[in-house]
Amino acid sequence: MVVIENGKIKQEVLRVDKEIARGAEAYIYKGSFLGIPCIIKLRTQKSYRHPVLDSKIIRDRTIREAKIIISARRIGIKAPAVLFVDPDLGVLVLEYIKGRLLKDLLKNLDDEEACKIASTAGSYAALLHTNGIVHGDLTTSNMIYTDHGLFLVDFGLSDYSNDLEDLGVDVHLFLRSLESTLWRRASMLYECFLKGYQEIIGKDQAFKVKEKVREIRLRGRYIAERRMRS
Amino acid sequence: MIVLGIESTAHTFGVGIVKDEKPYILADARAEYVPREGIHPREAARFFAEHAASVINKALKQANVDFKDIDGIAIALGPGMGPCLRIGATIARFLASYYDKKLIPVNHAVAHVEIGLLVTKATDPVVVYLSGGNTAIVAYVDGRYRVFGETLDIALGNLLDTFAREVGLAPPYIVGSLHVVDKCAEDGKKFINLPYVVKGQDVSFSGLLTAALRAVRKGTKLNDVCLTLREIAYTMVVEVAERALAHTGKNEVMLVGGVAASPILREKFEKMVRYHNAKLYVVPPKFAVDNGVMIAWTGLLGLKHGVSVNIENSIIRQRWRIDEVDITWRA
Repeated sequence: MVVIENGKIKQEVLRVDKEIARGAEAYIYKGSFLGIPCIIKLRTQKSYRHPVLDSKIIRDRTIREAKIIISARRIGIKAPAVLFVDPDLGVLVLEYIKGRLLKDLLKNLDDEEACKIASTAGSYAALLHTNGIVHGDLTTSNMIYTDHGLFLVDFGLSDYSNDLEDLGVDVHLFLRSLESTLWRRASMLYECFLKGYQEIIGKDQAFKVKEKVREIRLRGRYIAERRMRS
Repeated sequence: MIVLGIESTAHTFGVGIVKDEKPYILADARAEYVPREGIHPREAARFFAEHAASVINKALKQANVDFKDIDGIAIALGPGMGPCLRIGATIARFLASYYDKKLIPVNHAVAHVEIGLLVTKATDPVVVYLSGGNTAIVAYVDGRYRVFGETLDIALGNLLDTFAREVGLAPPYIVGSLHVVDKCAEDGKKFINLPYVVKGQDVSFSGLLTAALRAVRKGTKLNDVCLTLREIAYTMVVEVAERALAHTGKNEVMLVGGVAASPILREKFEKMVRYHNAKLYVVPPKFAVDNGVMIAWTGLLGLKHGVSVNIENSIIRQRWRIDEVDITWRA
């Protein structure tokens, strides 16, 4: 995308350099926006979705993601700045965050360092939750550790909510991501996460959320119980 | 090596006999308890007790083997319904002690995956397990089948069945190998507004069920509700499977369970895997539903790697999770 004046390129607005990831729901490109290094997230149409559902999902998620990132930044969470949005095309241009995915980083850190970072993740989750935001996909794949601290990315499934259920799901998802990739230290890191979480959200609320997480896990996994009821 | 396996976790009393070389499956005998509505555990158990002996004899005859040829007795100790599990476990304990065979504990969910791998030849897939009581996405990571997504409330099969029953489409639930909701959706034209709930890698169907029933009560055309309901429900499952595929970096997807038989669902999965250059495997209906062969096969894999249990420790586990089992034969 370029701005041309008198037949000359005046300013390159958006340059796409290369595809860096093909996520489940979007292509992620690295590029630059008005000269700023950026990530371009292009939500792709899915042939397996009904066309009406497809455009609704793409549009809704693009707008919601941009809005929530802005809200999160306002309350002091480190998240990439929103540079450009086009809901109809499903395009979101975000500041590029240079660092390492928590999923990979945690594997290579000793217990103490890993615990510290997990605890920061917990305090971020609590900060979002006390401000009525749920991330919706709070996994170690969506956290990037940089020289400037921990960044939260991919707010694609975020929402505004104070529902205990939704808070529980966030925490449950984090625990799940620990279990599925770092299972040897999952329970240790989960404790660290909860410590950071509790410091911000308070003991009572943290207890309620923890109980909710337990309930969610029982509900979802214990297949036999449901089968008996039905 | 030959193993006899017994399945009795829910509605099927199944006995399978397998061998560690071709043709692998020597016998597959089953007796299915068909309830009028939901399964009544005690009645199912009584049905099992009545039919157990004849099913076992049928399997032995099919395989043309005697107990002296058999190396181990595999038993599904869970997850499942207590009264049902107890029948199978009691018989397996008796057979193991009377004929002095190894008793091999098998997790029912693991067995669904293992038999799927045997019959589809998939090697390391993201497994989508969809049945009346289960909606789970699992994949092998670091020695276990780990859960990458599941329903936070009711199962996909349960959603479709309950909706169909409440609006008077069912029973029967399946007509001509098509679920009645799929059938009803064929004449749907308009896509209406119903909630689409994916939370990270998990799905939630109960809100969708409530909203769909409310739409019908308000007079929305039933075909349109069917269309929207099934589009949303199937798409949610495909989406979480897609997330698991992206997250694990695997290149195979395997569908197992009764609901996996839906051609519409399968088509959506085909489209999804093509996009990721992955391959789709669908476990044929015969082995996608509960059966004894899967228990025998998983028992055989275990026995080859030293898995067995003393009779006094062979307790049933109604809530035995798939991710609690060490998959020693893949490590």
